[in-house]
Amino acid sequence: MSPFALAVRDSSTMLRRNLLHARRYPSLTLNLLLTPVMLLLLFVYIFGDAMSGGAGRSAYVAYLVPGILMMTIGSTVIGTAVSMATDMNEGIVARFRTMAIHRGSVLFGRVIGSVLQSVLSVVLVGAVGVAIGFRSHHATVLEWLAAFGLLVLVALALTWIAVGMGLGSPNAEAASNSALPLIVLPLISSAFVPLHSMPGWFQPIAQYQPFTPAIETLRGLLLGTHIGNNWWIALLWCAALTVLGYAWSRAQFDREPK
Amino acid sequence: MTRLAIAAQGLRKSYGDKTVLDGVDLSVPEGTVFALLGPNGAGKTTAVKILSTLISAGPGSGPIRIGGHDLAADPQAVRAAIGVTGQFSAVDGLITGEENMLLMADLHHLSKAEGRRVAADLLARFDLTEAAQKPASTYSGGMKRRLDIAMTLVGDPRIIFLDEPTTGLDPRSRHGMWQIIRELVTGGVTVFLTTQYLEEADELADRIAVLNNGVIAAEGTAEELKRLVPGGHVRLRFTDPAGYRSAADALTESARDDDSLTLLVPSDGSQRALRAVLDRLDAVGVEAESLTVHTPDLDDVFFALTGAPAVPAQPAAPSEETVR
Repeated sequence: MSPFALAVRDSSTMLRRNLLHARRYPSLTLNLLLTPVMLLLLFVYIFGDAMSGGAGRSAYVAYLVPGILMMTIGSTVIGTAVSMATDMNEGIVARFRTMAIHRGSVLFGRVIGSVLQSVLSVVLVGAVGVAIGFRSHHATVLEWLAAFGLLVLVALALTWIAVGMGLGSPNAEAASNSALPLIVLPLISSAFVPLHSMPGWFQPIAQYQPFTPAIETLRGLLLGTHIGNNWWIALLWCAALTVLGYAWSRAQFDREPK
Repeated sequence: MTRLAIAAQGLRKSYGDKTVLDGVDLSVPEGTVFALLGPNGAGKTTAVKILSTLISAGPGSGPIRIGGHDLAADPQAVRAAIGVTGQFSAVDGLITGEENMLLMADLHHLSKAEGRRVAADLLARFDLTEAAQKPASTYSGGMKRRLDIAMTLVGDPRIIFLDEPTTGLDPRSRHGMWQIIRELVTGGVTVFLTTQYLEEADELADRIAVLNNGVIAAEGTAEELKRLVPGGHVRLRFTDPAGYRSAADALTESARDDDSLTLLVPSDGSQRALRAVLDRLDAVGVEAESLTVHTPDLDDVFFALTGAPAVPAQPAAPSEETVR
């Protein structure tokens, strides 16, 4: 078998294993969706009037949903960090290491599974958004595809970072803690309030952190708002985080176990 | 000439200042059971981890060949030849026993049908068919260990490493595991096992190496090892005090127990030594009521070689230098 065929075959075996876990224990995935869904409902129905500044609740739903979708990805990949850390503490990964399989397949299977899970999560949370009134009136098919592609790229980037965090954590609890920024960063992005309503000194931080450009791009694609340079900053972040997360994960995984 | 399944020279490994393995030579002929015996922390697991490609050998180690493949040059070929069951359970607790087996079949690139057949066969062989549809996390310790070994056997490996395969098992499961290991060897598989139980090494192994503080303190068959340690004797019991006394006079080197009319004659338990004792008894015309030969068991050897305390009085243990 060629190295590439081996990589594909073993990675898909590992993917099946991870999907089996997800299917067998759906509560693990669904629990992770509670945070974004809760925040969505909280900000629409409790703080909605205050947040929208008089523009009306439905306008705020439209503003909020793209940010919540990005936050959903951040939340889902926390589960990736946790299960990666759990896996490393089980003997099963040591077993994989002593088998004549493609070495990276443990990570590839995990990443692909996690991206699929993220997409599914986004669809579920998106459905909640639609249920409470989110509508995208003007988006073309191309814009929908671009939005989908963006979500996948963000999921891929954040997953690799999360895998690195999971590998670097001694146990599941530590992994869950170290992955916390993935759910905190969206809170200080343009997900909930526009940048110009934030203190001046903070605006650059909020503007250039990974989530804001992605959220602004998604908003533009779905709602027709101004995207500006956000799209390429978002793509740059995705590429950088993917490369960084991949290199970090590989280095940790290939390091000799104790 | 028998071919070697495992050949390693001068195996070394240290973590920082701590030397775990300090020049260990290992050679295991194909189709035999080799036991690496040692107390906790002796370096047994480290040796298995190196030989099974999990960690690299330390600098200064000699060449390692497993199944004819050079471990440093072609670790994937080594991995394809071996099966490993580590000390800690290597099953996926979240999925069922059968799914664990099918996972292994997939990773060995068996076809779907072949994978199902192998999984079903092994599950039946290890008495796991009934539990096959339950999550592995619900298995008892013995069942998990059996599943672990069943998974190791999926690729039909010719060389199997078992790191403390019976640690933590109840006596019944332990005997079951011994049976499994014997069956493996019958099938021509080479087994490299580590254990801290002397009885286990004695039961299973063709050759035993005693590892202590990162060096092989002694190596040989169980019998050879037992002979390394003095302490064997012939016990002669008499019913008649007169006969006892004349025997004691004839066998002057013996230790006397006048109350029970018993003599302990130091002896290595060999046929020649035994005959000499009997000849001397015949010469004085005395017949013992019973005669038992006590050879030192592996416990004596183990404690003597590893310098553990609380041993029955033994002559000084041979130093590692003289043995090696």
